[in-house]
Amino acid sequence: MIAPPNLEIAVLVLGMMLLMFEAFADKIDKRVFAFAGILGLLTVLIGTFYLAPVPPIDQPTGFWSFYTADPLSIFFKRFALVTTILVIIMMIDYAPSVRGAIAGATQQAGLGEFFALPVLTCAGLMYLVSAIDFIMIFVSLELVTISFYVLVSFTRKNPLSLEAGVKYLVLSALATAFLVYGITWIFGVTGETNLDRITAILARPNIDQTAMTFGAVLVLVALGFKIAAVPFQIWVPDVYQGAPTPVTAFLSVGSKAAGFVVLLRVLRPFLMLPKMDRLLVIVAILTLLYGNLAALPQSNLKRLLAYSSIAHAGYLLIGVACFDGPAVTFYLVAYLLMTLLSFAVLIVVAQPAGERIADFDGLAKRSPFLAFAMLIGMISLAGVPFTIGFFGKFFIFNAAIAHHQTALVVVGAITVACGFYYYLKVVRAMYWRPAVKGDNIPVSGLSRVVMSALIIAIIWFGIYPQPILDALKR
Amino acid sequence: MLLFLIVLCPIAAAVSIMIGAPARATALLASIVTLLMTLLAVAWFDAGSREFQYVISFPVSTDWGINFALGLDGLSLVMILLAAIVTVAAVWFTDKIDNYEHSFYACLLFISGGALGAFASLDLFFFYAFHELALIPTFLLIGIWGSDNRTAAAWKITIYLALGSFILLLGLIMLYQSVPVASRTFDIRELQEAARQIAPVAQRNIYLVLLVGFGILVSLFPFHTWAPDAYAAAPAPAAMLHAGVLKKFGLYGLLRLAVPLLPEGGRYWTNLLLVLLLGNIIYIGLVTIAQRRLDRMLGYSSVMHMGYIFLGIASSNLLGVIGASILMFAHGLSIALLFAVAGEVRKRTNTLVMSDLGGLAKVMPFAGLAFGFGAFAAIGLPGFANFAAEVMIFFGTFRNGFAMERFHIFQVATVLALWGVVISAVYMLRAYRRVFMGAMNDRWKELVDLRHGLRLPVALLIAALLWFGFYPQSLVRILSPVFETYLKQQP
Repeated sequence: MIAPPNLEIAVLVLGMMLLMFEAFADKIDKRVFAFAGILGLLTVLIGTFYLAPVPPIDQPTGFWSFYTADPLSIFFKRFALVTTILVIIMMIDYAPSVRGAIAGATQQAGLGEFFALPVLTCAGLMYLVSAIDFIMIFVSLELVTISFYVLVSFTRKNPLSLEAGVKYLVLSALATAFLVYGITWIFGVTGETNLDRITAILARPNIDQTAMTFGAVLVLVALGFKIAAVPFQIWVPDVYQGAPTPVTAFLSVGSKAAGFVVLLRVLRPFLMLPKMDRLLVIVAILTLLYGNLAALPQSNLKRLLAYSSIAHAGYLLIGVACFDGPAVTFYLVAYLLMTLLSFAVLIVVAQPAGERIADFDGLAKRSPFLAFAMLIGMISLAGVPFTIGFFGKFFIFNAAIAHHQTALVVVGAITVACGFYYYLKVVRAMYWRPAVKGDNIPVSGLSRVVMSALIIAIIWFGIYPQPILDALKR
Repeated sequence: MLLFLIVLCPIAAAVSIMIGAPARATALLASIVTLLMTLLAVAWFDAGSREFQYVISFPVSTDWGINFALGLDGLSLVMILLAAIVTVAAVWFTDKIDNYEHSFYACLLFISGGALGAFASLDLFFFYAFHELALIPTFLLIGIWGSDNRTAAAWKITIYLALGSFILLLGLIMLYQSVPVASRTFDIRELQEAARQIAPVAQRNIYLVLLVGFGILVSLFPFHTWAPDAYAAAPAPAAMLHAGVLKKFGLYGLLRLAVPLLPEGGRYWTNLLLVLLLGNIIYIGLVTIAQRRLDRMLGYSSVMHMGYIFLGIASSNLLGVIGASILMFAHGLSIALLFAVAGEVRKRTNTLVMSDLGGLAKVMPFAGLAFGFGAFAAIGLPGFANFAAEVMIFFGTFRNGFAMERFHIFQVATVLALWGVVISAVYMLRAYRRVFMGAMNDRWKELVDLRHGLRLPVALLIAALLWFGFYPQSLVRILSPVFETYLKQQP
């Protein structure tokens, strides 16, 4: 039996050890660190299934007023671990591109940090999903963001990556400023930073609601930046396109999921404020429309996936606006599987060919397996039944109809149809365009296994979702 | 278990073809085995019973009450039989495919399996999901192997149908949520028990959403534009399966859900539906006459004939809905036959512009004969199943609210719809004359008739059309218990 906080400590120690050993070992193959990281994270993942039960505390004090180990947080700790493991596996495939883009003394300079930093990000994500206090939210969010600053601009010889890094740094810092400022306002009104106690105080009649709403909106701005909601999505396409592809995948899954968990947590106090639900509906509609419409003309697949990530934030926001936590969580799991599958294929194909959709022309002839994997990823993102993406949309729209959110449902119907166009554009390129370059694209054994596992998971849970629903309840 | 095997067989065959089994042999074997199993199901079917038969059920999500449940009653049995027959014909008619042969057969079988599963599902969720299984294969079939402007046609059908299915999904969720929480269920059988609890206002809203959703899938009048383009561009086997079988899903859905569960909604929107379906029959009928290409003519004609089936559904009396069900079956067979022959003609001549063709019956007598049978059936000549069905629809509709003093809207609609028979005679016979009769262009002297191997599926389709034309009672007998139950429930 393991006490829940030990999980994060284990991950932090793992990350630091990797960094430290990396500094002293320049002779060995740096991929050893990747495998060590994967093994370590796997151990922690297994550990999450043997947690000591946390005694229920009525009035949480000390550490437990910052940190919770409720089912939601345990679920998302596993989510963060799985994401990080998959991202590190992608990084192994991506390593050759990193080598070329770093000026270093030795052949493998920099690779060790590239493999070790995601472990630290993972620790931040795990803290973040457990945070029930604004101070804790702020600190763990910074741990996540700062490691992303380094990762986004990691391939520093590549000007696009540098540009992405600067954009991410500046805008992220701005979002942080909004967050802190919002927290101060909330603290000023309520005198508390713990979410439960804030909720309790908000129930009292003599609260300054204007000031509290101001603070809440500032916090929502910061979270909107994290989850790429309109109008805070401007950074997404450039940063996603410029960052090393595994980092893009990590940003679009890990960072977004963490943002949504925090959003769900702060929603309970915030929804006690007037007009907050309407604000969420408007943001959801704008996000849906912007993400899907702007994705239509994209010709670069990585950029397309960036806009698709905004679009999916829109669907998730429908669930948030209807305050349906399980639907949002299920959608995030679906999003994790299908997005990571698409990015995994993109990394393998992009190295010899390129990132444009045109570079995928005739892929079905050249590498049928990769084309099929991409096909499954794309139709799941579009929401075709018998894939997990469909169940995600099903639960979200079920919630929307139950809450009589007609506007959201109508806009959602239009954007789903748009989605079919831009996701199937990739399918069209792979299956009925003539091949430009004739070579078979090599896939490493590990990636092949991971991709197959993701394909099977997408279809399996698309037919039989009950295991995920059970995991959510526990 | 038998029913499960019927649905599983094409899908399993499609997967094994993708993995690397020999394409044509596996596909043909699977489709014939499916047909044989379907005939067994027909033979063992207890026509007197009002229960679903061959029921099989696995829980998928206990939280949501979603089960993978299959079962047959008379209506779904007829649709399964249609799907099985057309699948055999479509697979048989597939010629040598140059690129991605495996994928072609896999896509065909996925469409077939999706249609079979949708017709056999007892659970709303899988009813919907199986239909969507056919969406991506259709996109690929038209996009990869289609002719002329295949890209545009593939986009149009896919996005249109994706939107239609999504609206349908919303309608189904509304239907699911319309009953009190305690009796919410995805099971179509239990839903029928709970149907009385659906409030009239909810019925109207849900009916409209379902009508638009299903209507897009069936090419109801203002939502029909995807159909002619797609069928003109699709390879013949895909057009056979889509126009013959898959498109019937929307009508089947209306008969299965809207007729028994939403009678008040049906009454409320009768006038709207009648106007739209007259658009199908009259307006699209006239558009069909104006077509210059055989494939587009057939595409429009399949849109037009949907109007009759909608008329039968709108009548919501026993005669009318049974007629509509039989017409779904008969139209599926006849349009498959016509697309098959048109596909063979296109393969030989590389054109389907009717003015370029002519006199083909001289060099292709069997194709001419087959097309003639298909055309006569489509017009609704006595002796073909289409005739029996259309007569039942017209009589059923005309009788609705009939009074000697004054024509009710149903009588007006019937009279106008009867003109459709004339219109379809005009375009079918004109096309037959211009393609197969008259003076022959010298270019076509060297053409050869259908291979002997291909005559068997043609004979299968014609035999079914004639058998049920002379003996429609065999279908009425298994259909009437279903609709007697459905229509009796209505207050």
